[in-house]
Amino acid sequence: MTTKLKPARLGAGDLMRTSAAGLRNRRLRAALSALGIMIGIAAVVGVLGLSQSSKSDLLAQLDKLGTNLVTVQAGTGIGLGSGELPETAAPMISRINPVDAVAAISDVDANVYRSDLIPSTQSGGIQVKAVDLSLLDTLGVELADGTWLNEATARYPTAVLGAVAAERLGITDLDGHPMVWLGDEWFGVVGILEGADLAADIDRSALIGQAAAIDYLGSEEPPTKIFVRTDPAFVDDVMGVLSATANPENPEEIEVERPTDALEAREAADDTLTLLFLGLGAVALLVGGVGIANVMVISVLERRAEIGLRRALGATRRQVGAQFLAEALLLSLAGGLGGVAIGAAATAGYSRLQDWDVLIPPVAIFGGLGAALLIGAVAGLYPAVRASRLSPTEALRTT
Amino acid sequence: MTMTAPDVADGRRVESVLSLRGVQKTYGGATPVHALRGVDLDIAGGELLAVVGPSGSGKSTLLHIMGTLDRPTQGEVVVDGNAVSELNDRQLSALRAGHIGFVFQSFHLLNGESALENVADGLLYTGVGATERRRLATEALDRVDLGHRSHHLASKLSGGEMQRVAVARAIVGTPTIVLADEPTGNLDSVTSDSIVALLGELNDEGITMVVITHNREIAEGFPRQVGMRDGDIEYDRR
Repeated sequence: MTTKLKPARLGAGDLMRTSAAGLRNRRLRAALSALGIMIGIAAVVGVLGLSQSSKSDLLAQLDKLGTNLVTVQAGTGIGLGSGELPETAAPMISRINPVDAVAAISDVDANVYRSDLIPSTQSGGIQVKAVDLSLLDTLGVELADGTWLNEATARYPTAVLGAVAAERLGITDLDGHPMVWLGDEWFGVVGILEGADLAADIDRSALIGQAAAIDYLGSEEPPTKIFVRTDPAFVDDVMGVLSATANPENPEEIEVERPTDALEAREAADDTLTLLFLGLGAVALLVGGVGIANVMVISVLERRAEIGLRRALGATRRQVGAQFLAEALLLSLAGGLGGVAIGAAATAGYSRLQDWDVLIPPVAIFGGLGAALLIGAVAGLYPAVRASRLSPTEALRTT
Repeated sequence: MTMTAPDVADGRRVESVLSLRGVQKTYGGATPVHALRGVDLDIAGGELLAVVGPSGSGKSTLLHIMGTLDRPTQGEVVVDGNAVSELNDRQLSALRAGHIGFVFQSFHLLNGESALENVADGLLYTGVGATERRRLATEALDRVDLGHRSHHLASKLSGGEMQRVAVARAIVGTPTIVLADEPTGNLDSVTSDSIVALLGELNDEGITMVVITHNREIAEGFPRQVGMRDGDIEYDRR
């Protein structure tokens, strides 16, 4: 006879229903305790989503700009060089096999004004640079309006404005054939560039042809900077030989840089910040877990009569414990789902503001939910064990 | 109030569904309390009996031990042929789920649930499926004349209705024995009469029932009265 006595299994559906009922009867408290988990998960998902979205944006940006643009400059300062590159540098560099395009620019000692009536001190910080015609292709910059310099216009007083320079001069388009007072000559503006992400100095410059610089401004300076576009597969190799090629006599005076490195460095700095926020999210999760544990302990104390009743109805210790554990899990799951939703919404909203692709990594969503459930399980374990250890007679006495 | 005792003498139901042999219960501590001092009691199937005694006489402890919510310090308890001392905690849970129904003084209903859900909870740990639980619960509510209130929240019911729901929950699994602990203790006299009458009716239908009360008046209406005093049986009248 005794062998027949085996406790019936409590189905998952019944367990969930029982636990959900327990929470339903204490809605406000359940919501508040789930809030902690929700904030933590939202922070984690949001931070991961945002960093991923911004990273994907950067990668797309890098992809567009290409990581194969290298700049060559002469160092300035004592023992570092004069700041001038040898005239032979650009032709020498173009002879390196994997180099696809080379463009040298040299500074012109002149200022640009909207008209000849503007006091000469109000230069607007716009530089004038004499450039090779290959600059446009080497940088991969688009024209916002007009045309780029050509063999003909490079010999005449014509200029192409960088995006920032055009804005500062108040020239937004080429309607009415705008002129600028450059040096002591009127130069016609034939084109305006889009922003050059990898060459901020070009953005702030008025660009004229090398020949025009000599003919109209009497400026025959050696190149100050050379832009080099290489085969993407040989960027490092090219960078290794650039300084010796540019200035065989004093290669140590040559600074070779890759502008996209700066963007990547910025991203690395963002990663540190991401880690910080992830840490804060983890702390919020921990606090949320403590909150759930706290609420569940109180719940066990308050519901002794219910525990006693369930034991009288034939619940085993384990079934009573499972009920309280399931309640904690439901709480944390609710918090986790809410947190994922909020984190995803925040990521989507901010990414749209920034014009990024919305990218919420699945690891953030499932990791977030997993973390919430794990915290719920840990937080619910102690209260569940307490509930299951309560003796039925003791539980029923408290009325 | 009239109650018909099950006819034990004619041999219709003679086997004992619950038997206590020399049951002692001592609560430990520096000064041990002897709540029960060797109780012998046999309850036959279909019986209706009152355990009556003043507070502190040990009747609640007796109920807990009969209901396997507690184990005796010494002595043997046999419920429906199962020797409690040979069962582990899980088996005792199964025994309670399938063989024993409880009615408590303070009803112990889950306030957030409907009357029907509360009654169905009486079968939650028996392995009966959800649909069948609801069907049986509806039947049980009809038996206690509360079919019309089945979808009301337990907290919205009157005291008498709450106790009827609790009685329905106790009988829904057709237990071998129903143990009622001061079922009228929280009710006014009219309502408590109707609950006692209900218990009598259910007993007529064949349910073995033990009612614990401190109220001699109520006890005197029962076919068998077991008087308790100081942890021992003072009298056993039929």
